[in-house]
Amino acid sequence: MTEPKPPANAAGPAGATKASPSAATKPVASGGTSSRRFGWDRGALARRVTALPTPVKWLLIALFVVFLYALPLLEIPIISTPDTDFGAVLFTVASYVLVALGLNIVLGYAGLLDLGYVGFYAVGAYTVAVLGSFQAHLSWWMLIPLAVIFSTISGLLLGAPTLRVRGDYLAIVTLGFGEIIRLTALNTEWLGAAKGITQVPRPPSVEWFEIPHLQWDGFTAFIDLGDTTKFLFFGVADQAPYYWLALTVIFLVLGADRMLRRSRVGRAWEATREDEDAAELMGVPTFRFKLLAFACGAFIGGLSGALFASRQGFINPESFQLILSILFVAAVVVGGAGNIYGVTLGAIVVGYLPERFRGFEEWRLLVFGVALILLANFRPQGLLPPRRAKRAIAADEQLEALEEGTARV
Amino acid sequence: MTFLLNNFVELTVTGLVLGAVYGLVALGYTLVYGVLQLINFAHSEVWMFGSFAAVWVTVAIGAGPDSGIAVAIGVLLLALLAAMVVSGAVALLIERVAYRRLIRLDAPKLVTLISAIGASFALAEIMGLRDRLAESLGLRDELNSYVRSARDNTRFLNPLETHGVFNIGRYTVSNVDIIIIVSALVMMVALDQFIRRTHTGRGIRAVAQDSEAAALMGVNRNRIIRATFLVGGVMAGAAALLYLMRFGVTRWNAGFLLGVKAFTAAVLGGIGNVRGALLGGFVLGLAENYGSALVGSEWRDVVAFLLLVVILLFRPSGLLGESLGRARA
Repeated sequence: MTEPKPPANAAGPAGATKASPSAATKPVASGGTSSRRFGWDRGALARRVTALPTPVKWLLIALFVVFLYALPLLEIPIISTPDTDFGAVLFTVASYVLVALGLNIVLGYAGLLDLGYVGFYAVGAYTVAVLGSFQAHLSWWMLIPLAVIFSTISGLLLGAPTLRVRGDYLAIVTLGFGEIIRLTALNTEWLGAAKGITQVPRPPSVEWFEIPHLQWDGFTAFIDLGDTTKFLFFGVADQAPYYWLALTVIFLVLGADRMLRRSRVGRAWEATREDEDAAELMGVPTFRFKLLAFACGAFIGGLSGALFASRQGFINPESFQLILSILFVAAVVVGGAGNIYGVTLGAIVVGYLPERFRGFEEWRLLVFGVALILLANFRPQGLLPPRRAKRAIAADEQLEALEEGTARV
Repeated sequence: MTFLLNNFVELTVTGLVLGAVYGLVALGYTLVYGVLQLINFAHSEVWMFGSFAAVWVTVAIGAGPDSGIAVAIGVLLLALLAAMVVSGAVALLIERVAYRRLIRLDAPKLVTLISAIGASFALAEIMGLRDRLAESLGLRDELNSYVRSARDNTRFLNPLETHGVFNIGRYTVSNVDIIIIVSALVMMVALDQFIRRTHTGRGIRAVAQDSEAAALMGVNRNRIIRATFLVGGVMAGAAALLYLMRFGVTRWNAGFLLGVKAFTAAVLGGIGNVRGALLGGFVLGLAENYGSALVGSEWRDVVAFLLLVVILLFRPSGLLGESLGRARA
């Protein structure tokens, strides 16, 4: 069933699946078939954007990036959260996105169900807290690399014995790992026990200038000189600088992710996910690549945890409940595991919606649960499925049509 | 170490009691896994709803610990029935709402897991918000004794008085201990026979073995899936009452940790293996008790998960192996 993909497909932003063994080949018509199934032609916008001349595309991307950085200053009426500081909410969403990107490597690319991802997040956060304030006073520039190193090591330590275990068991073993990390922190005096750790170092501030926020009156915006954000002052009250920091990290991770995915490593992950035995027979050392995926995921998880701790200034084991791991997995799957844009969208849904509707505090988890059921049932491929999945659906439909003799050729 | 040796009998008996509850809940996981190869994440809420059904029966009847033995047994049987019916119904509801469509679409496993997680959240929250729900239905006052302090612990007044029956060493084994362990064993044997001998049981085994071939042989797969959920739910309902008899409190989010432990027990015994579920439950209960006696009770859960990791490393498919279909053809 494998024949080379036409270049148009492989060059797309989420493509790069040259080695996919089960992917079918119906490049041109596939968009049409799947869109008929889902009701409208979802590829239209993407095709139009791709057709634009390159400088225009770059301009659009640059505008979008600027818009993302400016979000906490714009205070756009409906999007902005009425009950909590919008900068803080944006940071929360950004850290969800970061975590989701990390988990996506484990879950979306390598296909390993990790229900203990919060463990890596906790390792990163605790490294910063313990070495930055509780047991030592290292500088923040030292702490972030250390946090990442420690969480990567913990990923390798967890992965080395458990990745030999079959897929479904991996879920429960990793879930256990997440709990072990939390309980260890809870029961060890050296790690702050239940009281937690205060005065976690914040990123070093430089105060260059102040940026005013916008203020909205109906649909007209004013520049509000009374409400300003000091550029790169990492304090307690104004959280926008933390959001900028996290956003910058996200862009770096996105770049690295893209390079990994399009490399030999990315193809090996995909092959392993689709059929481990076949991949092994083709000479892919699957265990090593799974371990690498785990380490990459742990790296990003630890980074995100470290940022979380230095934003929060205070951590205790309560911040790393098991439920968080499950929310992370939900973010990845709801968005569409394997597609970085989908995963980002999923993380925004999972991170932002509960914050936006904090006014309905009591009911939000109930609504969230129902929303998960509905999303899973009516968008089983995720909000933005990876291209390969779309092609696979199209191929399945084609096969079915042939079997039933109703092919429309 | 001396603490462990001095209290060995007590730790063993309470470990077996806990293990019996784990084992009965684990059955739900293991059956559904055997048939569908899916982790039924919402099964913990099935157990939780059963425990509330049992509590509500005792509240409705108003039986306290001082009523006679005949009344007590009657109330307990009624509570057992209510817990089984409610748990079974909730399990069927989960199958209908969270699973059926996805099974028909043959959706990826992960998506089904997310759907089950959503169902788990929603069910737990419904129980946690039951006072608000009653309020919005205008029944707050009529239902007050059932729905008050919805987010706190709900106590179960055991109508059967706990009293010692016989001594082993320095520990007095109580009637409740005996009832729990014996009923868990009885239910396990009954389930084993059900799967081995009845028409439906054969269907369950057939679907677990090869669902397509079973369908070709005339097995109604959807009916079998429903039966599997129902049986798992009924067992969870029984486990809920037994748990309450020993531990006496439940709450809206009590299912989560118990569910994780029960799933661990199912994996320990070999997921998909009915006998393995009970064995896994007992092993887990005992290990937790001995472990917490050795290193302190705050490490209880750590011991449980470490045991799981170690056993999976040396026996990657659990203690008894995974085989709902292959075991007894």
